[in-house]
Amino acid sequence: MLRALHNIFRLGIKELFSLARDPVLVVLILYTFTVAVAVVSKGVQTEVRNAAIAIVDEDRSSVSARLRGAFLPPYFQPPQLIGYEEMDRLLDSGRVSFVLVIPEGFERDLLTDRAPVLQLNVDATAMTLAGNGTAYVQRIVQEEIARFLSRAEATTDYPASIVPRARFNPNLHSVWFLAVNQVINNVSILAVVLSGAAVIREREHGTIEHLLVMPVTSLEIMLSKVWANGLVIVFAAVASLFAVVQGALGVPVPGSLAVFALGAAVYLFAATSLGIMLSTIATTMPQFGLLAIPVFMILFLLSGGITPLEAMPDGLRLAMQASPASHFTAFSQAVLYRGAGLSLVWPQLLAMAGIGAAFFAFALMRFRATMAAVR
Amino acid sequence: MAAEPVAEAAGLSHRYGAKAALSDVSLTLPAGRMVGLIGPDGVGKSTLLGLLAGVRRLQAGRLQVLGGDIAEAAHRRAVLPRIAYMPQGLGRNLYPTLSVRENLDFFGRLFGQGPDERAWRIDELLAGTGLSPFPDRPAGQLSGGMKQKLALCCALIHDPDLLVLDEPTTGVDPLSRRQFWDLIARIRARRPGMSVATATAYMSEAEGFEHLIAMDAGRVLASGGPADIKSQTGADTLEAAFIALLPEDRRDGHQGVVLPPRPSDGHVPAIEAEGLTKRFGDFTAVDHVDFRIEKGEIFGFLGSNGCGKTTTMKMLTGLLHPSEGRARLFGKPVKSGDLSIRRRVGYMSQSFSLYSELTVRQNLMLHAQLFQLATAERAPRVAELLDRFDLVGVAHQRAPNLPLGVRQRLQLAVAVLHRPEMLILDEPTSGVDPVARDRFWELLIELSRRDGVTIFISTHFMNEAERCDRISLMHAGRVLAMGPPGRLCEEIGVPSLEEAFIAHLEKEAEDAAPEPDVPRTAADTARRPARAVFSPSRAWAFARREATELMRDRIRLAFALIGPMVLMLAMGYGISFDVENLRYGVLDQDQSRESRGFLRQLSSSRYFDEQAPIASLSAVDTRLKRGDMTMAVIVPPGFGRDLLAARGPEVAIWLDGANTVRAETARRYAEAAFQDFLIELSQDETGITPRPSAAEIAPRFRYNQAFVSAQAIPPGVLMLMLMMIPTMMTALSIVREKEIGSITNFSAAPVGKMEFLTGKQLPYVAVAMVSFALLLAMLGAVFGLGIKGDPLALVAGVALYVTAATGFGLVISSFVRSQIAAIFGSAIIVVIPAVNFSGMLYPVATMQGPAAIVGHAFPTLYFQRISTGVFNKGLGLGDLWTNHLVLFGFCAVFWALAAVLLRKQEA
Repeated sequence: MLRALHNIFRLGIKELFSLARDPVLVVLILYTFTVAVAVVSKGVQTEVRNAAIAIVDEDRSSVSARLRGAFLPPYFQPPQLIGYEEMDRLLDSGRVSFVLVIPEGFERDLLTDRAPVLQLNVDATAMTLAGNGTAYVQRIVQEEIARFLSRAEATTDYPASIVPRARFNPNLHSVWFLAVNQVINNVSILAVVLSGAAVIREREHGTIEHLLVMPVTSLEIMLSKVWANGLVIVFAAVASLFAVVQGALGVPVPGSLAVFALGAAVYLFAATSLGIMLSTIATTMPQFGLLAIPVFMILFLLSGGITPLEAMPDGLRLAMQASPASHFTAFSQAVLYRGAGLSLVWPQLLAMAGIGAAFFAFALMRFRATMAAVR
Repeated sequence: MAAEPVAEAAGLSHRYGAKAALSDVSLTLPAGRMVGLIGPDGVGKSTLLGLLAGVRRLQAGRLQVLGGDIAEAAHRRAVLPRIAYMPQGLGRNLYPTLSVRENLDFFGRLFGQGPDERAWRIDELLAGTGLSPFPDRPAGQLSGGMKQKLALCCALIHDPDLLVLDEPTTGVDPLSRRQFWDLIARIRARRPGMSVATATAYMSEAEGFEHLIAMDAGRVLASGGPADIKSQTGADTLEAAFIALLPEDRRDGHQGVVLPPRPSDGHVPAIEAEGLTKRFGDFTAVDHVDFRIEKGEIFGFLGSNGCGKTTTMKMLTGLLHPSEGRARLFGKPVKSGDLSIRRRVGYMSQSFSLYSELTVRQNLMLHAQLFQLATAERAPRVAELLDRFDLVGVAHQRAPNLPLGVRQRLQLAVAVLHRPEMLILDEPTSGVDPVARDRFWELLIELSRRDGVTIFISTHFMNEAERCDRISLMHAGRVLAMGPPGRLCEEIGVPSLEEAFIAHLEKEAEDAAPEPDVPRTAADTARRPARAVFSPSRAWAFARREATELMRDRIRLAFALIGPMVLMLAMGYGISFDVENLRYGVLDQDQSRESRGFLRQLSSSRYFDEQAPIASLSAVDTRLKRGDMTMAVIVPPGFGRDLLAARGPEVAIWLDGANTVRAETARRYAEAAFQDFLIELSQDETGITPRPSAAEIAPRFRYNQAFVSAQAIPPGVLMLMLMMIPTMMTALSIVREKEIGSITNFSAAPVGKMEFLTGKQLPYVAVAMVSFALLLAMLGAVFGLGIKGDPLALVAGVALYVTAATGFGLVISSFVRSQIAAIFGSAIIVVIPAVNFSGMLYPVATMQGPAAIVGHAFPTLYFQRISTGVFNKGLGLGDLWTNHLVLFGFCAVFWALAAVLLRKQEA
């Protein structure tokens, strides 16, 4: 037992050496957890921010002038005033997402209570922005019109109100959401690619065969790869959360990084096992590269980070329960944003460990089988 | 022929990092002669040959080859068609999945030969080398000797004037070796003008060369004919002369190896094989082999390449399971999982199998730890081995930088490190110089005679076989003869073991190959004129070869075509911004008719999905933290009463802000549901509909009237897949050749970078176009997305886009050193802008700062515009052409970048 642990430790150290000896790889890992995280989370908007709107003003009245002035940063870029004939081109090219058309006689109709209609053209290929942005535009326009009509603050006629408050991210800043999401996603890609490629490389270079004539078991070889690659990634992920997400991006992380690190370690056990499993299916590096793409893309895009699981079709949602990344996303969101402790997230930990064990067992079986078939 | 030498070097120096490989070498290679380089491992022989062939970059000094300065690119272009280079290692410049004929065909095309010329040349070369029976066998399945013959054929296909062979016979059995040199002699007889420069580790071969250059430590020690060298040193054999030439410290303590008689100690069997058989499919690699090796015995295993020696050894180590028969070590059956046996055995495999990322010392330390040497013992043992195997000077270097012979010594050191009771050594000395070999044998003899270690060794060196207690001759899976070396010679009646061996093999192979004809190399064929900068036929040669390899690798092809389809399905359905099943929980502290009315409004909506009620205010946070709902709705006590009394009560909703998109959507829909409730309530209570807004806003969702993700996402998935898969495929293509070694063909052949890159790119562009056709069909059949706009705009866009994607892969591949970095790089560098900055998920117009810059500096954004333009917006080339133009720009930039990063010559 002690002997096995010793071997696992030693082989893992060797694994770390291999990583350190490939400077391009080290730079790529650094890039992934620093620049890539920052650029994406600062640059991309999921909330209605900085939306591009254009206005076709055929009324040229005081109310249309008020409407033109109502779209303000940070929600909207200053509206472009365009002619009707320009609308299609701007929407086609994706340069604006909304075009509000104020028809001729709008103010007249408004004042004479004829309930005029404003047309809002929305580029519906931009799914994230189109829905919520439309609601924003509607609210802004209604408030502005009410203000115009009453020359005062808009008052609601309704006898009761609904007060929404967002927990954990009161202003719904997408940078909070995206930054952590990026870290989680990058962990997935890295874990699958590094561990799997490490096995294929040993096979292509004949070093695995060499290990197998030594007093070292397949189990030890696999575990050494799991811990070494896992350690590097857990360390990079936690450091990235600490330095980049909290530090450079200023995202408050209320949860415990220690709990997160624990969860990340369990997740990496599952993800590296998955990578090793793939490496026993592919025989060469080019095959592995192509096989890894669908796998990490599914982990990346369908594990609840971008689309919540409950919004997926039933079959797919069930299938994604087998993905350790789904549980890790749920775990990380609970721990990092909502400050949940172990007492709340143990089911996810358990699920990840279970899935990881299944992957590991399967990988070990295949690993032994492929080793036996080595010429 | 000419008195002018074929090559002349002056003050040639070459270094790798801090290590000098050549120091101030000046020499002359006479033309039309067979020139051999001899010397210990790592003295710069390979470097010198690489420089001669123009595959290495000249660092310092001058080198004239074939009448010009090889450092000048123009001269290299002119003379490369007249030079042939065969790198070190068995079949290293061959393509293992290509057949014998396809390999030759590729080289023929590289040198611009037409189909007829290639056909007769290939037929002649195959006939001349005895490879005619196997034109369709993949090169990877040839035996070592056959691989080398094929590699020679590939080198000879263009009638070179200078043939550069780097240890062509290392690891090749004596019969094949003899055939190899016979072949070269016959070719030279036909083309006396051809010069040959070669290196060899076999001194017996060097005896046959016309001119020898003895080297040590990057310098020339002596040169002249074999007789000159022998007379200069006063030695009878070249082997002795070679040793005498070495400086004092290098041959320190060297003396002839003597095998003392073995003490008879009861003859305990250490290795027993009974009817050992191994079949791979219908091929029998080892056919009922029996032998019994005693403890302390040195047992030699001889045989032609591919005769089953390695397979037999692997069965003894437990790496392979025998199909039939039994193997026993120390009286116990061999079991693959038996660690205690492994600890008693040292094994060295034929191919280098140590960690190239560790230094020599680190490799030894790692094994000392894995074999559980006591902590205090490790460092002294490693020091002892470094000394013993003459590795002290290279202890801090990594294995890939070491010459073959030094790497072999390191492997040997590892094999004996844990003082095993048995050594199984598969061609341990191939490529090792005579001095080091003798040292090694001294060690083996000491281990055998002093410590009683059993040694099972395979070798191609006859002087080593003579030192064994017993040897066995193997051929085609069977043991032909076994016994002490002297007795085997007597039985056949020949003086030397080599002849006994060859006699045995020739008897077996009598009917296999008739004495081959000499290839009629066409000296009279007009040499092609100096070539154009870009030759489509050479580019085509590379493209054809790459495509053939790809077609052979069905698994890779399947992954490349099926992977995107699976992803299209999963992501087309899975990525959804549609509002459905928003999970919420309720804490109704009022329980009035009004509160229930509002909650019914929520629960009846198809957008919402009600979860178990919330027990108390304190549970709200816990439930949100656990993440089993997105929204908590809290109706305060007295809500109904206050509502009716117009006291303006407030319903609180708490949203989970972790997923911001989801939270915004939930808020919007909850507010709308609440308004609907109030309107209904008002109508029920008072019959009055509250005054509608003064104006109405009519949203028109353009391009996607139903506003469903299944329309908006698939064109984006197309964008993702046509970027990622082609990039991944080309990203590995060059770096893989770098790792395997076939990149030397690019260095040695008269091929331009552009031709090479085009050849690498074309097949993958074709695969990507097929993939596009499949995805297009799927978009129509599964998602109901037809081409609304101009099909031409789409096809042209795809063609440009996948060309850019494959080009980007080539940039990565030219730049990185390892396949892992290439995979990781093409995954991470591509995924981030493709997913986030292309406009697929988040509108480009809202991007800010570096994200906008990165987005615009990558092709995905432009193709996303084309894709949604054609599939959703119904646009044509007239609206989209600027995007096509930008994509074309990317193709050009990536090409230029790949060409700059790609190195034609090695360091």
